[in-house]
Amino acid sequence: MRRVRQFAWLLLALVVLASLGAGLWAPADYAMQFRETPNSPPSHQHLLGTDELGRDRFSRVLYGTRVSLLMAPAAALLSTLLATLVGGIAGYLGGWWERAAMGATDLFLSMPWLFLLLAVRAMLPLNIAPITSVAVTFLLLGLLGWAASARVLCAGVRGLRDSDFVLQARASGLRGPRLLAIHVLPNLKPVLLAQFWISIPVFIISEANLGILGLGVSEPLPSWGSLLRELESFTSFGFEAWKLAPLVLLVLVVSSFQIILSRDEVYA
Amino acid sequence: MQKIVQHLAAMAAVVLVGGLLSATLVRLAPGFGVDEQQLDARLSSESVQALRQARAGDRNLARFYLHYLGRALRGDLGESRTLNRPVRELLAQRLPVTARLVGLGLLAGWFCAVLLALGATMARRAACDLAATLLGAIFLSVPAAVLALLFVFANAPACLVIALVVFPKVFSYTRNLLAQSYDSPHLVTAYAKGVGPLRILLWHVLPVAGAQLLAVAGISVSIALGAAIPVEALCGIAGIGQLAWQAALGRDLPLLVNLTVLVTVITLAANWGSEFAGQSFRTSAA
Repeated sequence: MRRVRQFAWLLLALVVLASLGAGLWAPADYAMQFRETPNSPPSHQHLLGTDELGRDRFSRVLYGTRVSLLMAPAAALLSTLLATLVGGIAGYLGGWWERAAMGATDLFLSMPWLFLLLAVRAMLPLNIAPITSVAVTFLLLGLLGWAASARVLCAGVRGLRDSDFVLQARASGLRGPRLLAIHVLPNLKPVLLAQFWISIPVFIISEANLGILGLGVSEPLPSWGSLLRELESFTSFGFEAWKLAPLVLLVLVVSSFQIILSRDEVYA
Repeated sequence: MQKIVQHLAAMAAVVLVGGLLSATLVRLAPGFGVDEQQLDARLSSESVQALRQARAGDRNLARFYLHYLGRALRGDLGESRTLNRPVRELLAQRLPVTARLVGLGLLAGWFCAVLLALGATMARRAACDLAATLLGAIFLSVPAAVLALLFVFANAPACLVIALVVFPKVFSYTRNLLAQSYDSPHLVTAYAKGVGPLRILLWHVLPVAGAQLLAVAGISVSIALGAAIPVEALCGIAGIGQLAWQAALGRDLPLLVNLTVLVTVITLAANWGSEFAGQSFRTSAA
């Protein structure tokens, strides 16, 4: 199992490096259209062929990977920060504050994730610029995905609040934000990191689902979600296997996260 | 009895708060309060003004919420903007379709997950453990929408997509739970005394793990309902998932918020139902 985890780390590192250097090794811009060769199969010029608009699929996969792999951690960071704020305050203050915050958390958790995303996404305009759509999609994921982490963090802070060393620090006159910053937050670091890592694959999958349903990142900017929309016109595994490249990459990356997390979750 | 009352009160509170949030979303959405009639060029400015006056009451959020709640209590959930039909009628028509899809998917997903988890736990081999972890990781990594597209392509039943979405979560939880149960000291003693594997499973493992497994049943309903959106939208099944997708694309907020509140209530009922079932299971096992 250790070797599988090492392989997962290596794969993740390679994909991240490849996507970060998309500008260096992508043969064309993600929006450039080779109008004379739409829907072409793989060739020397187009490693993964072209889509129906003649755009180089390999370049789009590289740029799309960059969008998904940079924005999902950003959304995970936002949701973890929100969870720390809500869960941390609720756990530290306890009593009525904790009950109210956990009530709100329960309300969020009882709404199926995709229904909630759809309801809030529908409030915002659908016809927006591609860059804005990236920001909207991932901001939404970050702003709505805090609830499960908040519950875990609240329990963690509650445990620390009642611990001997925090009690001793309080008795020595340390209070409020200083107590939180010096004694509580550093001890929460493993839980915070675990919650951050757990959120990334969840957000990648959610963006893919939203993208396929036409509610994610807008064209021509690629993301894994928008690239997977192409599967709607998929006709054959044998003749069009290269169209599955974004799916294979998504499965490999998210599986790598799951395999790495399968150990980290135990520690969290 | 006290617990049932507490849960019912909590559910009513969730519906009220959810309703308030929903009403706020509808009220704050762009285009709220604009009547198509106001665009009719034949109307005089006085008539347009009268129409605006008639709608003015709804601009106050508190009053709007009370109207919304009053109508909801009478069973009037408003009208869908995109489909021009009462929301209640749409829900009554589409809910049974989703219930069937989700129900069949849950049954299939649970059956496969429990069966495989039992096999993997009882085999107790490193290769089985690795295969189980990889299988779970792969299925967790495929978006429900992609599975739905592939199933449309393969002409396979859509309920199997729900089963595949539910499967990895139930499988990994069940496997961990069973592994913990099998490692407990009294089971090691039972094995040492020569008690058969079937008897151990039925008498010692399931009574302990059963209550916790029932708690996951509630959560799996929420997962399955979430997966119903892409599955119904892409497989062309006229259930509430497809309705939610159409409402989102058409920005039909009255329909979408009612759907979200309904699905939240179903999820809460499923969670509490499984909690009660787990408690009764624990009591009867003791």
